Amino acid sequence: MRNTHATRPLSQLSRPGYRAARFPESDVPDHAPADVLPAGTLADAPPELPELTEPDVIRHFTNLSTLNMSVDTHFYPLGSCTMKYNPKRHERLAGLPGLVDLHPYRDEADLQGMLQILHEMQGMLAEISGLPAVSLQPAAGAQGELTALLVAHAYFRDKGEGEQRRKVIFPSSAHGTNPASAALAGFDPVQLKPTKNGLTDLKELAAKVGDDTAVFMVTNPNTLGLFEREIEAATKIVHDAGGLVYIDGANMNAILGLTRPGDFGGDMMHYNVHKTFTGPHGGGGPGAGPIAVRDFLGPYLPGPVVKKVGGTTQRPEFALETPSKSIGRVRTHFGNVGILLRGYFYLRTLGAAGLREVSERAVLNANYLRKKLETVLEIPHPAPCMHEFVASASKSKKNRQISAMDVGKRLLDYGVHAPTVYFPLDVPEALMIEPTETESKATLDRFADIVRAILTEEEAETVRTAPHTTPVRRPDEVKAARQPVLCGIAKGCGTVPVEDVVVSE
Amino acid sequence: MLAETGATSIEDLLAQIPASVRLDRPLNLPAGLCESELQRHVAALAERNRPRDAADFVHGGGDRVCFLGGGVYDHFVPAAVDAIAGRGEFYTAYTPYQAEASQGSLQAFFEFQTLVCRLTGFTVANASLYEGGSAAAEAALLAIRETRREGRVVVLGSVHPEYRQTLATLLENLPADVVTVPCPDGVADVAAVEAALTDDTAALIVQHPNFFGNLEDAERLFAAAKANGTVSVQVFDPVSLGLLKNPAALGADIAVGEGQSLGIPMQYGGPYLGLFACRESFLRKTPGRLIGRTEDADGRECYVLALQTREQHIRRGKATSNICSNQGLLALRATVHLALLGPQGLREVADLSVRKTHYLADRLCEVEGVSQAFEAPYLREVCLRVQGGAGRLLTAARTAGFDLGPALSRFPAGSFCDELRADELLLVAATERRTREEIDQLAAALTHMGSDSPLRRGEPLLAVA
Repeated sequence: MRNTHATRPLSQLSRPGYRAARFPESDVPDHAPADVLPAGTLADAPPELPELTEPDVIRHFTNLSTLNMSVDTHFYPLGSCTMKYNPKRHERLAGLPGLVDLHPYRDEADLQGMLQILHEMQGMLAEISGLPAVSLQPAAGAQGELTALLVAHAYFRDKGEGEQRRKVIFPSSAHGTNPASAALAGFDPVQLKPTKNGLTDLKELAAKVGDDTAVFMVTNPNTLGLFEREIEAATKIVHDAGGLVYIDGANMNAILGLTRPGDFGGDMMHYNVHKTFTGPHGGGGPGAGPIAVRDFLGPYLPGPVVKKVGGTTQRPEFALETPSKSIGRVRTHFGNVGILLRGYFYLRTLGAAGLREVSERAVLNANYLRKKLETVLEIPHPAPCMHEFVASASKSKKNRQISAMDVGKRLLDYGVHAPTVYFPLDVPEALMIEPTETESKATLDRFADIVRAILTEEEAETVRTAPHTTPVRRPDEVKAARQPVLCGIAKGCGTVPVEDVVVSE
Repeated sequence: MLAETGATSIEDLLAQIPASVRLDRPLNLPAGLCESELQRHVAALAERNRPRDAADFVHGGGDRVCFLGGGVYDHFVPAAVDAIAGRGEFYTAYTPYQAEASQGSLQAFFEFQTLVCRLTGFTVANASLYEGGSAAAEAALLAIRETRREGRVVVLGSVHPEYRQTLATLLENLPADVVTVPCPDGVADVAAVEAALTDDTAALIVQHPNFFGNLEDAERLFAAAKANGTVSVQVFDPVSLGLLKNPAALGADIAVGEGQSLGIPMQYGGPYLGLFACRESFLRKTPGRLIGRTEDADGRECYVLALQTREQHIRRGKATSNICSNQGLLALRATVHLALLGPQGLREVADLSVRKTHYLADRLCEVEGVSQAFEAPYLREVCLRVQGGAGRLLTAARTAGFDLGPALSRFPAGSFCDELRADELLLVAATERRTREEIDQLAAALTHMGSDSPLRRGEPLLAVA
């Protein structure tokens, strides 16, 4: 049973004089801040943080945690997010002294174990992608996209085509990050309409591609869960025009060991380590978005990267190096190493055979669930699918006024997380479902039964007003946008009680 | 299961992948390991990150004592932070797209925004960016959007060199030139900054306390920016705000910072936590996730992803940023950490860091050839000058079991103006975890080794000019 007292805002739980963390008395003489710092720089009082005991803090956040659905507690078929189980062993290993306590400016001689892991990781990601040059630096998939586009920019600039190649082309089903990254990298985003079957339209592509094309960005398998069968022809069109092909790696979970972006024409790609290789999703991150590129793009990668510089087979030696024509760095320090470690543990656990099995099982699970649902939801694209599929609730919307959102919300009442709703944008009332390989047949059967039950519930109103069992129901998003309240304090920073919150505009 | 899909083999399902692009061999990867094998393998690699000569260290073995700084600090992390962040309900959830299923994360991130606002003095904070460097670049992009000035971004030479590199990379293909004002005295010269602020300057980026640990004349710098219609960006250190006036009080328009000090392990540079807060008028142009408080259908107070119309999944090429997954779990860690510390705890961490760093500076400056590099007041990090080059001091300290640095020579050539003579400079920092005994041992070892170094016996440690 949830403790609703404990989940009140921290500021309301705060009582003057309480504290949970204590520190040793100073053991060095003098040097009080007031003596060594100019008076004008000091604040009169420390920031108004809550004052709580350790049990207060633990109770507060533990009770908050019970308000979440998560992979550890619920089936979470959130399409395109690859919410697979996170093995617990990874947490223990990533927390080992000698890994978790390394300052990034330690001497390289003291980092040989870490550099060996990262070097091996670069090699494994190169092998899985078929693209030999890897940078582990980007902090997330979207930062990987941006980084690769900056690499492309530098490459074209070097070739004297920097001014000319302005366009980044992507299908309308692309993740929103693709056009946003293109714009941020200084390119003009250009969108393609798909074929009826949800694939890249080669005619449309050929019409849009020209000597002003920098990059074609494509997700393969695409966001409808379908493999772009004509990917070789598509990449040829782009390459013939002098452009580069970027593969959005969001869906790598479907193709590990089966095919490689480098083999089907990609010049660059990113991985989402938190999706494919089980970094915990953490309520929205951290991720890690390493990129892999062809040899001729390697010199432009952001640094540092790890190079093997000698030693023995038993005891190799490594050093950090910045590639010769590097774009620079896209963030501070090496990268999201804590997440890369979890990915490394995953790859070392599975090996080649295990990885291939991951994809085969992910594809099997998706096709099984697809089959179970095709009698109750429309599935606008031909079978089979890869590791995920997109269904549409448009008939239900038309006949019973039950939308994709309603189905998603009602699923919460049955104790499963909603699929991704309203993406991809090309499919009306889209429900994008990705079961992942870590779910059992029993879970998939139960999910299919629940969806069927929801779509045939006698009282459609019950579905339309769902959820009914969650802590809250249908937050007023319009109010949240029109009168945004983004912090629990008022203008003037804490001088007004928490109830009198700031309202913008 | 297979039969029910209508396929006779997995290969039927995979037939979508044309044969011409199928991988016809196993991936060339190391064989899979079971949990116990993996544990042994990883433990051996972790051991390679430990000094082999640890038993000889003057402080009695174990790892080296960390006096490293440069934006990442060896602070104590209370066990309660790990206990909460390790709860599967938090760490295996994703972006809270379904608010009803995510009130735990949503409220925690709202509390995070609130605490960042309390730290910085602003009333708008986002629910985290990747880390300090890219957060500074996002601030510059916001300033360009806000001012519609595309010509120039001015950054001080006393800002962390990796932040400046990140800024330069991320703005490379945009019209704005990144102009650096050199800081040969370890702090900015206000007149030189004023001269650099042109009519088309969108942002002025100031780190306070700066990369060298020094306090800038931030109020005057921000006033100069304001007079020029330029957006002021302060790169701040959250721990410093236990003592210092906050960015809003100093007149900054945007505050960005690295949140690693707030309960996040050093883990070789990431994942860390980008902090971002700004004036309320910039709200709709801010990058990244924002959590808002609203009401549900029954009038209950609740939390939701707010203002998603600014975001990449709706605005695509016109979004305020391309950020999708960010640093939620680290934002949670910082929230728990600050809730545990409270105002007194944060002040104590800052106070102890100041006292110990100043004591450390005094002791190290007793070593022949070592002096403080700058006259400016410094907070919890200090820049030292070593005659003849900083590298030899680092080596001597390492041999005795202490990590100092970073030496400024580790950053790319041109990161600092020539007048600084960067090859002689290094940073040192002492957090609340360092003891007087450790500092005294370090100073003694360096003094002693001047005449009796096992590495350079018969040669003075420091080539005194």
